[in-house]
Amino acid sequence: MNGAGIIQGMIETARNFAGSYHDPERLTTVQYPEEKLPPVENARTIPFLVYDGGDAMAGLRCTACTICEKECPPQCIYIIKDLAKKPDYVGKMQLQPKVFDIDMSVCMSCGICVEVCPFDAIKMDQVFELSTSDRFLGLLFHKEQLAKPNGYFSQLHKTEAAEIDARRHEDKRKAEASAAARAAAAKPLPPGGVK
Amino acid sequence: MRASTSPPGCIGTDGEHTLLEVSMGPHHPSTHGVFRMDVTLDGETVVKLKPVFGYLHRNHEKIAEKNSYLGSMPYTDRLDYICSLTNNWGYALAVEKLTGLSVPERAEYIRVILGELTRLINHSALAGFLLQDMGALGTPLMYAFREREKILDLFESLTGARMMCNYMRFGGCRCDLPPGWIEQTRSVVSRFPSFLDEFESLLTGNEILQARTEGVGALPGRLAVNAGVTGPMLRASGINYDIRKVDGYGAYGRFNFRVPLGERGDVFDRYMIRILEMRESLKILDQALRDIPGGPIMDPKAKLRNLRPKPGEAYGRIEGPKGELGFYLISDGGPNPYRYRVRPPSLINLTILEDMCLGQTIADAVVILGSVDIVLGEVDR
Amino acid sequence: METLEPLKGRIEAAVPGIRVEIVPNGSPANPASLLLDSGHARAAAAFLRDDPALAFDYASNVTGVDWPERTVREKIKVKRMVGGAEKEVEELSERKTPACLEAVYHLYSMARKAGPLILRLRTENRADRVSLPSLTPVWRSCEFQEREIFDLFGIVFEGHPDLRRILMWPEFTDHPMRKDYIAPDDYEYEPTPHGATLERARRHYPGGTAP
Repeated sequence: MNGAGIIQGMIETARNFAGSYHDPERLTTVQYPEEKLPPVENARTIPFLVYDGGDAMAGLRCTACTICEKECPPQCIYIIKDLAKKPDYVGKMQLQPKVFDIDMSVCMSCGICVEVCPFDAIKMDQVFELSTSDRFLGLLFHKEQLAKPNGYFSQLHKTEAAEIDARRHEDKRKAEASAAARAAAAKPLPPGGVK
Repeated sequence: MRASTSPPGCIGTDGEHTLLEVSMGPHHPSTHGVFRMDVTLDGETVVKLKPVFGYLHRNHEKIAEKNSYLGSMPYTDRLDYICSLTNNWGYALAVEKLTGLSVPERAEYIRVILGELTRLINHSALAGFLLQDMGALGTPLMYAFREREKILDLFESLTGARMMCNYMRFGGCRCDLPPGWIEQTRSVVSRFPSFLDEFESLLTGNEILQARTEGVGALPGRLAVNAGVTGPMLRASGINYDIRKVDGYGAYGRFNFRVPLGERGDVFDRYMIRILEMRESLKILDQALRDIPGGPIMDPKAKLRNLRPKPGEAYGRIEGPKGELGFYLISDGGPNPYRYRVRPPSLINLTILEDMCLGQTIADAVVILGSVDIVLGEVDR
Repeated sequence: METLEPLKGRIEAAVPGIRVEIVPNGSPANPASLLLDSGHARAAAAFLRDDPALAFDYASNVTGVDWPERTVREKIKVKRMVGGAEKEVEELSERKTPACLEAVYHLYSMARKAGPLILRLRTENRADRVSLPSLTPVWRSCEFQEREIFDLFGIVFEGHPDLRRILMWPEFTDHPMRKDYIAPDDYEYEPTPHGATLERARRHYPGGTAP
């Protein structure tokens, strides 16, 4: 019968329409911004710098090695090294960044800076509501804006943060053990000679 | 060519028969991006059609000469922005041919799974957009996108981003599958056939669709081969050439799947080929998800930074959802490629757009353009 | 990978007067290419397409490459008089490779499902003698790709049915993919200044008045 195909199509549409009242499969719209989808662990939008401890600038993991600056495809990271060194989590003296700017309007969220960082200092954040009305400097994020605590990082990427924390804990323990062994070996001999 | 002195739109004011020149300009809901067609009409029949593009030209090839090999990978996502993972795969394949890196088993299976999921999302989007061009005003589009969303959620939980995935690396993949991903994928793939059945019962028997697409834009096989058409458009014209079977790249040699072929090469054949290819992709996905081995996901010799291939050249190509996507790389021994070229299937498939549209009405020209399946990011790079 | 010698022989037999050269490829497992002279290129292409044993009916990719003049320094062994006796010593020699523009064609055979054959055509120089024969009459797929090479590199293809710019607008005058192309400085503001970008940004705001 002519028109059978159209009628069949309309039956499908009616099924979807009626189903959308009771079947969550059929009604998949999320009414943003009143409802928001829960974030996914691996999602990435913009990078941020991780710091340990309470003080953002003293606990910053970044050592200004500028690997992320070189590898960034659109070249949106700008680093100036600060020659004053500070100790890192195992006690080794490392450089730090005096200026660390990322232009978020240029950043394309590729995550290559995160992949190449040898110090787990820069990680991907999941915020996407970044709109600002300042056309020039509104999306140029400086070191202070980019630094977020390790607790925040653990909330976003649980498994990765747990791995990194375990590894850093192990490295710190080994460094302390070897420092204690060296200190014990360097102790002067007691008077009267070794028994 | 346009005569500059006559009033705009008309050529030749002598006699009662004038030709109308219409520019289906870059801002148009049916041109799949910023794409312009200068159409010359005799009444409603197309007499001449010249495609004009370049509105999205970002000179991707020159940017790649300034970045390292890894740094071009996120830019390849943005070529055919609907199917970013197959773009990544093509580029990774070309660099692996250039450097001689090998890819471990598990990474090959992951690549096949992601490649076939990408084919599913591309063909769903195409079917939806083709119907929208025909005036269905969004219902099939939204049904297709509902399924597409499930696959995009899978991509997000694996790669971190829904569209710009940046996941393949030279010698493997960027990171391993998170726990539970295979089960989620299996459940999405197991529900897809019923979606396809619903979609087909909505559309394939529809008389309006058949009247508008059967016999429209027929493309003979020999002309298609000579014009360099590849992908579903070529197979709809009856030529059996699928790079997954011919080159056997990746792990495709292990999977059992058929290549659907059309007969007349008109728009209806191209639409049906894509639906059938979606069903074949589901078969491949079932097999890959069942057989995926464990193991490493990166070649141990592969380096992230400072990749300096020996001087030489390589051409790597894959069967992307739109056709043959090829990457041609010339290396001069440095960290940046000397020449980086993308062979875009959408651009080459547009070569015979004019031949297909001559003699048809302008409404058919819209439908034919929709069936060619172009994405301007790829046409213009 | 079979060598290209037999194919070279067949082309030379079929198109008398042609000069064919095999260009080796440095990277592993990748095929060498054939360099054809531009005078007989179209005849050779027609032979490759029509010969039933070869049947290269599908031109997959047409690329342009810019080779500016390069100075190649290499150590070569020469005979020199050293201390009264003739010995072979290594000497540093410099030679200039000629500047040219090149068009590279990747051909496949859909009928035989056979692998790539790579053809190269080179122009005489980069400045004024930049024309090559168009292979569009042989393979229609070269049409848009040769237009793109004309647009971005400047190679003029003779015999092309519709040679005009394809990606840049018609009034544009330069060739963007050449190695010596200088991009116009039309940025208004560069917020992440470093290196060359900082210099360009400073030029836009003389007197240090960047916002």
